[in-house]
Amino acid sequence: MNNEELKIKITELLPSAIFDETGEWLNIHVTPTDWLSFAIQLRNDDLLFFDYLFCLTCIDWTKPAEEKPDLTMVYHFSSTKFRHHIVVKSNLNSSQPQIETVSNIWQTANFLEREVYEMFGVNFLNHPDLRLLILPDGWEGKNPMRKNFEDPINMIKL
Amino acid sequence: MFRETEILKTGSQILPIKQNLEGAGDFVINVGPQHPATHGVLHLVITLNGETIKKVEPHLGYIHRSIEKMCERLNFRQFIYVTSRMDYLSAHINNHACAMCVEKGMQLEVPDRAQVIRVIMDELTRIASHELWWGAMAMDIGAFTPFFHAFREREKINEIMEETCGARLTMNYYVPGGLMADLHPNFQKKVKEFITLFKLKIDEYDELVTGNIIFINRMKGVGILSKEDAVSYGCSGPAARGSSVSNDIRKLYPYAVYDKVQFDEILETGCDSLARYMVRIREMKQSIHIIEQLIDNIPEGEFQAKTKAVLKLPKGEFYSRVETARGELGVYIVSEGATTPYRIKFRSPGFSNLSALDKMARGSKLGDLVAMMGTLDLVIPDIDR
Repeated sequence: MNNEELKIKITELLPSAIFDETGEWLNIHVTPTDWLSFAIQLRNDDLLFFDYLFCLTCIDWTKPAEEKPDLTMVYHFSSTKFRHHIVVKSNLNSSQPQIETVSNIWQTANFLEREVYEMFGVNFLNHPDLRLLILPDGWEGKNPMRKNFEDPINMIKL
Repeated sequence: MFRETEILKTGSQILPIKQNLEGAGDFVINVGPQHPATHGVLHLVITLNGETIKKVEPHLGYIHRSIEKMCERLNFRQFIYVTSRMDYLSAHINNHACAMCVEKGMQLEVPDRAQVIRVIMDELTRIASHELWWGAMAMDIGAFTPFFHAFREREKINEIMEETCGARLTMNYYVPGGLMADLHPNFQKKVKEFITLFKLKIDEYDELVTGNIIFINRMKGVGILSKEDAVSYGCSGPAARGSSVSNDIRKLYPYAVYDKVQFDEILETGCDSLARYMVRIREMKQSIHIIEQLIDNIPEGEFQAKTKAVLKLPKGEFYSRVETARGELGVYIVSEGATTPYRIKFRSPGFSNLSALDKMARGSKLGDLVAMMGTLDLVIPDIDR
C-alpha cells in the first residue's frame, strides 16, 4: 500500500491518529492510551500486516524547545509481505513516562524496550522482564541518554 | 554444590540425596564474559536441567561505550569515525550507512566513481568478515586448521585496504559526499589477483569443512529458528536468510550501485545452523561475482563531491540502512538544524540477532550452544555500541 491508502486504512482503525509526511515514511502520532490496541491491529490486520519491528527508540526533547513534548517513543515498522513502512510515534510525559509494552506482539521489543527503560527511564507496563540490560547491576541515579544527565565521576564537558 | 558438601560433612557415610531442596533440579552456569567461544565480552547466564538448556540470559554492556551519546557531541563529519568501532569487522559498511544518512539529509550527489568504489570496498569487507567468521566458527566446534586458511586469505584483503585506506581494521575511508582519498594505483591489479586466488580457495573451504561429516552432524538440526520467529525477533542478515526470510537490503532497497549489478539473494530453508552456515558461504561467492562486474568498470572522475567545511543537516529525521555482513544496520538521525545530530540511533543487527538466541537454545543440549552462537556471528561491540 502507498501512503494514501495506508492513511485511509489507519484512519478507519484509529480515527484519532495524526499523520505527518515530512519524513521518508508515513509518520503516525498516537496517544499512549491508544497504543496497545492499535499495535495489535497493525500486526494482525490482513492488509497492514506490519510484522517486522526494525527500530524502536526514544527521543528526549527536554532541552532545546519548551513547546515540544518531553519524550517521544519512535517505532519503525515494515511488512515482510507487502514491503510498506510506517513510523509510529507516541509522546510521553517526563514526570511519569509510561507506555504499554509490545514485546508479546513483536518479540524483538523485549530487548529494545529494556534498553530504552534503562537509558531513558521509560516504564513499560506489563513487560515480562523489565531489568537492566546494558548498565551494570546496581546502577543508581539518572538515565544516561537523557539530555540532563550528568556523570558524577567523569565530569568532562565538550 | 550442596550434594558434595553433604558428603563431606558425613564423611564415609553417604546419605541419600535430598530431593526437594531449593534449586535441586536447576543448575546455573556462567559462560563468559571471558570465554573464547563468545568472541568477546559476552556474558551468558544459562539455566540448565541436566544437560538441557532451560533458559539463556545475555548480560550485556561489558564493552558499552555509549556511542549514541558520544555522537550527539560530534559533528556530522566526525561521528562517522566512531562508528568504525561498532562492528569492527565491517567498518566500511558502517561508515557507508552513516555517510549515506548525512548525504540523504544534505541531498548531496555522490559521484559515480565514489559509488562504485564504495560497493567494491563493501563487498571486500563482507568477504573479509565472513572469512573470519568461517575460521572462528570452525574453531568453535573443534577444527583448528580452517582458522589459518581463513586468515591467510583475509590478509590479502587487509593488504589491499592498507594500501588504499591506510588502515587494516578501522578504515574510516568514507566521508559525506564520497571518499577520503582516491584509490591506490595498485588497487585494481591486487583485487584481481585476490579474486583469482580466492575462487580456488573457496572450493577448498568446502572440501575442508562443508562436506565434513562430523561438521554436518554438529550443525544439522541445531538451533532451529522458524521463519515467523526470525521475523518476530527482528533477525536480519544471514541469520534470517537461513530461515528463508527475504530481507537483503541490497536487493530490496538498493543503495549505491547495487541496482546495476547482478547478484542473487541467498535463501536457505533449513532454519538451522547448517542453513545459516551455507548462506554465508554462498554469499562470499556472490560478493566475488559483484566485485568482478565492477573492478574493470570504475568510472573516471571525481572521488568526492564538493561540500562545505561545516555540514548542517536541515531540521528533520533521516533514516538510512545498509546490509552489513551481519544484517541490517540502520542509522536514525534526528536533526534540529545544528552541526551535530540531536539524537542518533544505531539499529545494530547483532542486538536483535542475539535476542533470538534464547528461543533457539531452549530445549537443546549445552554442547550445541556454541554451534548456535557461532552461526549468529556475534560481534560484541556491535551489540553493546
